[in-house]
Amino acid sequence: MKTKNQLRDNITFVFLFILAVLFLAPILIVFMNSFKGRFYISDAPFALPNADTFVGLKNYTSGIAKTGFIQAFGYSLFITVFSVAAIVIFTSMTAWCITRIKSKVSTLIYYLLVASMIVPFQMVMFTMSKMANILRLDNPIGIILIYLGFGAGLSVFIFSGFIKSIPHEIEEAATIDGCNPIQLFFLVVFPILKPISITVAILNAMWVWNDYLLPYLVIGSNYRTIPIAVQYLQGGYGSRDMGAMMAMLVLAIIPIVIFYLTLQKHIIKGVVAGAVKG
Amino acid sequence: MQKMAKKYYIFFTLPTVIAFVISFLIPFILGIYLSFTKFTTVTNSQWVGISNYIHAFTDDRNFLNAIIFTAKFALVSVVLINVFAFTLALLLTRTIKGTNIFRTVFFMPNLIGGIVLGYIWQLIINGILINFGVDITFSGTYGFWGLVVLMNWQMVGYMMIIYIAGIQGISSELIEAAEIDGANRWQILRSITIPLVMPAVTICTFLTVTNSFKLFDQNLALTAGAPARTSSMIALDIFNTFYGSMGYEGVGQAKAVMFFLVVASIVLLQLRYSRSKETEI
Repeated sequence: MKTKNQLRDNITFVFLFILAVLFLAPILIVFMNSFKGRFYISDAPFALPNADTFVGLKNYTSGIAKTGFIQAFGYSLFITVFSVAAIVIFTSMTAWCITRIKSKVSTLIYYLLVASMIVPFQMVMFTMSKMANILRLDNPIGIILIYLGFGAGLSVFIFSGFIKSIPHEIEEAATIDGCNPIQLFFLVVFPILKPISITVAILNAMWVWNDYLLPYLVIGSNYRTIPIAVQYLQGGYGSRDMGAMMAMLVLAIIPIVIFYLTLQKHIIKGVVAGAVKG
Repeated sequence: MQKMAKKYYIFFTLPTVIAFVISFLIPFILGIYLSFTKFTTVTNSQWVGISNYIHAFTDDRNFLNAIIFTAKFALVSVVLINVFAFTLALLLTRTIKGTNIFRTVFFMPNLIGGIVLGYIWQLIINGILINFGVDITFSGTYGFWGLVVLMNWQMVGYMMIIYIAGIQGISSELIEAAEIDGANRWQILRSITIPLVMPAVTICTFLTVTNSFKLFDQNLALTAGAPARTSSMIALDIFNTFYGSMGYEGVGQAKAVMFFLVVASIVLLQLRYSRSKETEI
């Protein structure tokens, strides 16, 4: 019986191992092609680079120059970091306030925010980008406000669910000790929210970092984030530079892999929490 | 005291509320209004009644095709993704070496953005199709299955994690009791595991359906709708209607409103369904 189980486990292991290799293969193939000359990629993407086709880091240097990748990385990082910070701070404040102070206004804010989650982006893309343009929000700082508005639904929803489970007594004790609501929130409540803040931060960071259409419409003509830089290489006319494309795909994937491997536990936990609640 | 509270209420809620009103609420309301008008910028609109809604279907078949394409895609993706994800979850909740590494690998594609995913798979699929002398833009069917493969690669690991959480939530006593009663593996799967992970099935079905319907980046990067918009999904069709040619903004907005209604009714149906399930238990 035991040997039978062991055999079955071994077969499963081999099956999973092959599947894991297949899962990683697309990324490895792109990586391999990023070292091949631009004209040797489309015709034989599965061939290893050889003496004729190997070009070293040429695709990387030409890709970086063509797309302005260094700047794109800077914009992506700036927008992601500050948007996520704004979302975590402001939506936790809002969630705490409307959960603790029950009123018609609180209920209205909550339901409007939650309802916004189900609206597809195409519904508001045109009017929103015009609005951003009129209000001069079409720059890397202004777009933070727009991300706060779009991220508010899910984030307030997740924070509210967590805040409902925190007992009132802690906050009451702090109030008796003389805390005003601002001190109460930042010194007492916000530290308690830490685990759920990490979840909210990760969910929003993944969304903002990878987002294409929103930044393309709002700031795309002047400031390229990484997804816009990759799409920009596609161009509209003539043949595109496959070598540069491969190199940019690799550069776009590397930060994500580093992020994932360092924060893996939090990411998986956060994604599951977000899914179950959303 | 009351005045004080009001001051603090504004302090805590105002930043989020202002951002939400500017970036979402006003554009949303304006969007509904503009779907009944003809306009090129938001300020020069003329009321045209429901003509945009009619034009969305009568000008060309693009929108109708996109709806059919999207519905088919959602159906195929939901079935395949959930079957694969559930199978993987079953295998990975057994005591096998390296389950954590396998989970890490299967989940990773989920973090890569849609544009990058699209170009990765364009390379792979074209690399295979070139042996047959064609590429992915040869027919809409290639685009369809290309998107299905891409979507599976992206979503299977994510759904797998949710199923693993569901399977691990089942008490081992139940399974042991069934084994003592002489149930075989298939019977345990059918009568214990599957019924008890139904909440996870509901969540995963819901997530795959909504994600399939809203798919845009992957569609744009993989085929951009080629050839002749036959592999274009609803979101991409709306985008092309808005920005493809002048004068069709109103039609694009009308399509967007219909898209919103479709997505909203799927979500509401789903909520209702899961609520009724909850009360049964």
